[in-house]
Amino acid sequence: MLEMRFHGRGGQGAVTSAELVARAAIDSGKYATAFPSFGPERRGAPVVAFARVDDQPIRLRSKIYNPDVVIVLDPSLLDIANPTEGLREDGLLIINSSHDVEAIRKRLGYKGKIAVVDASRIAKEVIGLPITNTTMVGALVKGTSLLTVEALIGPFQDRFGKIAARNIEAMKRAYAETNVNH
Amino acid sequence: MGRKVGIEVSIAAADAAALCDVDVVAAYPITPQTHVVEHLAELVASGHLDAEFVPVESEHSAMSVCCGSVAVGARTFTATAAQGLALMAEIVYIAGSMRLPLVMFLSNRALSGPLSIWNDHSDAMMVRDCGWIQVFCEDGQEVFDAIIHAFRVGEDPQVSLPVMVNVDGFVLTHVIEPIEYWTKEMVQKYLPPFQPVSRLTPEKPVSMGAFGMPEIYLEQKMAHNVALLNSRPIIEKGWTELAELTGRKYSAVETYKVDDAETIILGMGTICSTSSLAVDKMRAEGKKVGLVKLRLWRPLPSDDLRRVLAKAKDVVVLDRAICPGGGNAPVTSEIRAIMYTEPERPRIHCMIAGIGQRDVTPDDVCAMVDMALSQSIKDYHIYGVRG
Repeated sequence: MLEMRFHGRGGQGAVTSAELVARAAIDSGKYATAFPSFGPERRGAPVVAFARVDDQPIRLRSKIYNPDVVIVLDPSLLDIANPTEGLREDGLLIINSSHDVEAIRKRLGYKGKIAVVDASRIAKEVIGLPITNTTMVGALVKGTSLLTVEALIGPFQDRFGKIAARNIEAMKRAYAETNVNH
Repeated sequence: MGRKVGIEVSIAAADAAALCDVDVVAAYPITPQTHVVEHLAELVASGHLDAEFVPVESEHSAMSVCCGSVAVGARTFTATAAQGLALMAEIVYIAGSMRLPLVMFLSNRALSGPLSIWNDHSDAMMVRDCGWIQVFCEDGQEVFDAIIHAFRVGEDPQVSLPVMVNVDGFVLTHVIEPIEYWTKEMVQKYLPPFQPVSRLTPEKPVSMGAFGMPEIYLEQKMAHNVALLNSRPIIEKGWTELAELTGRKYSAVETYKVDDAETIILGMGTICSTSSLAVDKMRAEGKKVGLVKLRLWRPLPSDDLRRVLAKAKDVVVLDRAICPGGGNAPVTSEIRAIMYTEPERPRIHCMIAGIGQRDVTPDDVCAMVDMALSQSIKDYHIYGVRG
């Protein structure tokens, strides 16, 4: 089972990211669950969302304490908390940042596997808004062997309708531009 | 077969009600039930569901509208949680005693105070004795199936009782997971049109909800109790036919690895999924542990419970409601009561956990079993209290 934690700010779509990943996994014949951090959420405040993907039915209903993958949608979150908390030693940290890998490693004191993409820039260029939820899904696909870009197209179209094309484009751009560093 | 989709359980629950072609939805939004009501409102507003959506000003009114609409023969659905249920409680009892077969989605949430929007079973336990059929669901598929089953059973003329479908708030309501939808054809095959035993109509006036004088109140309560107990074969028949359509067989009491179990964990709702992982873990350590999931809370399947539990040495009940000042907790209380008359009975331990959504992991369940077996806890133990 692969457990993921998404960090974002209310309104950026961290919950939607988790949802899209779970839907794509389910459409691909896997089992998945996605859920928000249960409770009140406010626009702009830090939020987390979670997803689990497995080849067999998922019975675990408790929180995720030790994720395999942590995805950070908003670079400013690094100023207020360390998103690597609980991340497994062999886990993967995926960060939206314009800084290079070494600078991020130094700042977080993190030595594990890391993937970096300037998702805010891609989202602004492709979607016209700094909303990085779909862009970061592309980085997640690049960083893990969990899903393919193709598997996400259906869920993107269902979720975004008319604006799906631009979000798919943003995902593909992120997939191409994500720098995975072991 | 229907299609399998990844969807939020609340949305799927609303879709299930819509597939049943409900005529009236009367509900007031309350966390964590909100998405159910929002989605039904959308379905009605967009013309996908031909129903009357009554945006009431309170839950007391919601349940009152539901009573009225069922009384005239309309298929009726509502949803609430915790404080909402508290506000409608007066009419919940009325719906039961008037034998009005509406279906309610209860997004189980801790009763305030202190104010909590999070999950436990204290709300359901507050109305335990309302005389409704009450089921607890473990996953989204069960929720979807349970709603269709609820209309089928509740509206059966031999039953004619409201049904409460309990769904753990947040822990289940807000989760996106795979759910196999029924097709419209499947629902039409399974669920006949609502034909109430009697209905309010100007053509043939009847009195409903008349008061019960001391000379008749007792007999009315007795008749209601008998009706609830007698609903059991119809509930089972509903599950049998559901299995024929979907391949998913439900039962009042479900078991996991109990055949040679010396210790049985017993719970209701999502804690059972987590507990099944604890069972696997303890089995791997050579411990003979099994799990009983109690799906049907009312009418209580005492016969099945006695049969399954009598063979065990120890039963660890995971109760999700605190009973302040009481002897133990609601589910344990029932299990102890029904086992008391058995010639050989297990030790029955009461573990209160997951209150106000304090997280319960498989390791917590293992720890509770260990505590129950190794410590002499007399009445009950509230697990995980800090400080």
